[in-house]
Amino acid sequence: MNRLSVELPGLHLKNPIMPASGCFGFGQEYGKMYDLSLLGAIMIKATTLEPRLGNPTPRVAETPSGMLNAIGLQNPGLAGVMENELPWLEQFDVPIIANVAGTETADYVEVAKVISTAPNVQALELNISCPNVKEGGITFGTDPLIAEELTAAVKAVSKVPVYVKLSPNVTDVKEIALAVERGGADGITMINTLLGMRLDEKTGKPIIANVTGGLSGPAVKPVALKMIYEVSQTVDIPIIGMGGIMNVQDVIDFLSAGASAVAVGTANFVNPFVCPTIIEELPGKLDELGVEHISELVGRSYRS
Amino acid sequence: MIIQESMLVQSQREIAHNIFEMKLQGKLVQEIQAPGQFIHIRVSEAFDMLLRRPISIASIDQENDEITIIYRAEGDGTRSLSKRNEGDRVDVLGPLGNGFPVEETNAGEVAYLIGGGIGVPPLYELSKQLTAKGVTCVHILGFQSENVVFYEEEFKALGETHIVTVDGTNGTEGFVTTVMQNLSEQFATYYSCGPQPMLKAVQEMYANKKGYLSFEERMGCGVGACFACVCQTTERAEANYIKVCSDGPVFPAGVIAI
Ligand SMILES: Cc1cc2nc3c(=O)[nH]c(=O)nc-3n(C[C@H](O)[C@H](O)[C@H](O)COP(=O)(O)OP(=O)(O)OC[C@H]3O[C@@H](n4cnc5c(N)ncnc54)[C@H](O)[C@@H]3O)c2cc1C
Ligand SMILES: Cc1cc2nc3c(=O)[nH]c(=O)nc-3n(C[C@H](O)[C@H](O)[C@H](O)COP(=O)(O)O)c2cc1C
Ligand code: FES
Repeated sequence: MNRLSVELPGLHLKNPIMPASGCFGFGQEYGKMYDLSLLGAIMIKATTLEPRLGNPTPRVAETPSGMLNAIGLQNPGLAGVMENELPWLEQFDVPIIANVAGTETADYVEVAKVISTAPNVQALELNISCPNVKEGGITFGTDPLIAEELTAAVKAVSKVPVYVKLSPNVTDVKEIALAVERGGADGITMINTLLGMRLDEKTGKPIIANVTGGLSGPAVKPVALKMIYEVSQTVDIPIIGMGGIMNVQDVIDFLSAGASAVAVGTANFVNPFVCPTIIEELPGKLDELGVEHISELVGRSYRS
Repeated sequence: MIIQESMLVQSQREIAHNIFEMKLQGKLVQEIQAPGQFIHIRVSEAFDMLLRRPISIASIDQENDEITIIYRAEGDGTRSLSKRNEGDRVDVLGPLGNGFPVEETNAGEVAYLIGGGIGVPPLYELSKQLTAKGVTCVHILGFQSENVVFYEEEFKALGETHIVTVDGTNGTEGFVTTVMQNLSEQFATYYSCGPQPMLKAVQEMYANKKGYLSFEERMGCGVGACFACVCQTTERAEANYIKVCSDGPVFPAGVIAI
C-alpha cells in the first residue's frame, strides 16, 4: 500500500507534495536537479492568454521570515505554454495543475478551454487572487458574486476539474470559499500571498518597484493555517493548502488544519531539493505519529 | 551541474574596511565553467533571513576544490556571513549563471578589465585565466576611497593596474572613465562588472568595441524559475525580458537596456 497516496478530483497523487505556482517556473530548472516524477503534482506558473512581461524590478524583497514578490505574472502566454512548456513536462510521470490567470472573464475562459486539453494537465487552478496585477487578479477573488460567476464560466468549458485559489486579503475567506463552491469548483487551493511592503532603510522608499508585493514564506504560515481550518469546516470540497511550508512538520500541520494535500512555494528558493526531501521524510513522520495512511491526519485539529 | 553543498570555510579575513575574503572548499568547485559565475549562499540556518545571497566567485582553485569569494558586509545577511570562522560550514548552491567568455580574446591580444567596488572580485579569476592563456590584461579598478580598496597587489601581479578612487585617496581621483579617457583604444575586448551607471558609461565609451558586462539584480531562486531577476533587453519586442541569474549575469555589451 502507498501510505502517501491522495485521491482528489482529477488527481491521483503518489504523495501530497507539489511545488506551488510561480515558485517552480514550468519545471525545467528544477528538472535539471532531480527527477520531477517524484512529486505528487506540479502547479505550473500562471498562464495568461497573451504573453506578459510582468512588473519592473526590483520584484522581490526579503522580510523577517518571509519575502515580498511582485513578479506580475510574467509568462510566455497560452500558445507558448502549450507549445514549449507542457510537452516538455510529458516525459515525467507527474500530473500538472495549470494555473490560469487573466484580466477579464473571457481571458480565463479561453485559457481554461485550451490548456485543459493538454494531455498532462489534470486540473486547473484558477488564480483569482494575484495581488500584483492592476486589473483582474485580486478583484475576482475578493467579490463573492464575481468569484462565483467566474468559477461557473470556467467550469463550463474546462475538460478537467477546477480548483480555485483563494486570496487571504479579504475580510471573510469563508464567504469566498462558499461562493466558488456554489460556482461549481471541484476544490480550493489556499492561500495566495498577503499584501505587504518594505521600505529601504536609507531612502525611506519602497524597495519593490511595484510599491507593494505579496508576502510569502514562514511568516504567513499561521494565517494560512487559520484560514484552512475555517474553510475546510465550511465547504465540502477538498483543499490544497500552502503558505510558508518549509519542512515535513509544516506539512503535517497543514493536513491537520484540514488540507488534503499541500503546495510548497518559497521554500524551493531556500532549498531547491525541499520537495523530494519532505517526500522522503513523510513515512518516518507517519510512523512517529502512529498513523498508517496520511489521509488519517486530514482535519484532525477539529475532528473529535 | 548545479549542486547544493555544505561547503567548508577554509579561511575568512577582512581585507579592507567591511570587505571580507572567504575561502570555501567543496565538490561544487569541479562544476565551475567560467569566471563570473556566482554562488547562492544561505546566510542563516534558521528561516529568519530567508533568501540566499548571490556572491560572485573571485578565484578558483580546482586542484584543491577551493574557491574564494570577496564580499562587502553591508546588510544583515552578509554581516552574519562575516561572522563565520574557519571550520564552519556554509550552505551553498552553485555554480550559477553564465560567466565571462575567456575564449573571446586570443593569446597576444589585449583585454581591458574594468571593475567598480564590489564588482571587482569576478575580474580577478578572469584575469588569471586570460593571463595564463597569453592575453595582456589591463585592469581599471574603481573604488569609493582608499579604505575599501582590495586586491591591488594581486591585480598588479597579473598586469598593468590603474586604481581610481572617488575621493582621490588612492590612485587617480574620479571614476573608471577618468582613467579610460587617457588609455589607448588598442585593445581587443573589454570585460566589466560594477554598478549599473558605471556599466552604462563604459559601454558608451567603448561603443565600437567587443565587450561583456556583468549585471546584478535582486534574486529569489537564483536558477531561473521565479522571474524575479529579469532585466530588459534593447530589443523592445514582446517577451524581451531575460533573467540575470540563468541567462546572465554576464551579457555581451548592447544586449541589456541600461
Ligand atoms: C550575480 C551577483 C553577484 C554578486 N557578487 C557579489 C560579490 O562578489 N560581492 C559582494 O559583496 N556582493 C555581490 N553581489 C551583491 C550581493 O548579493 C548583495 O550585496 C547581498 O545580497 C546583500 O545582502 P545583505 O544580506 O548584506 O543585505 P540585506 O539588505 O540584508 O539583504 C536583503 C535582501 O536583499 C537582497 N539584496 C540586497 N542588495 C542586493 C544587491 N546589490 N544585489 C542583489 N540582491 C541584493 C539580498 O540578497 C537579500 O535577499 C552580487 C549580486 C549579484 C546579483
Ligand atoms: C515569486 C512568487 C511567484 C508567484 N507566482 C504565482 C503565480 O503565478 N500564480 C499563483 O497562483 N500564485 C503565485 N505565487 C503564490 C504561491 O503559489 C503561494 O500561494 C504563496 O507563495 C504561498 O506559499 P509559500 O509561502 O509556500 O510560498 C507566487 C509566489 C511567489 C513567492
Ligand atoms: S532569481 Fe529566480 S529567475 Fe532569477
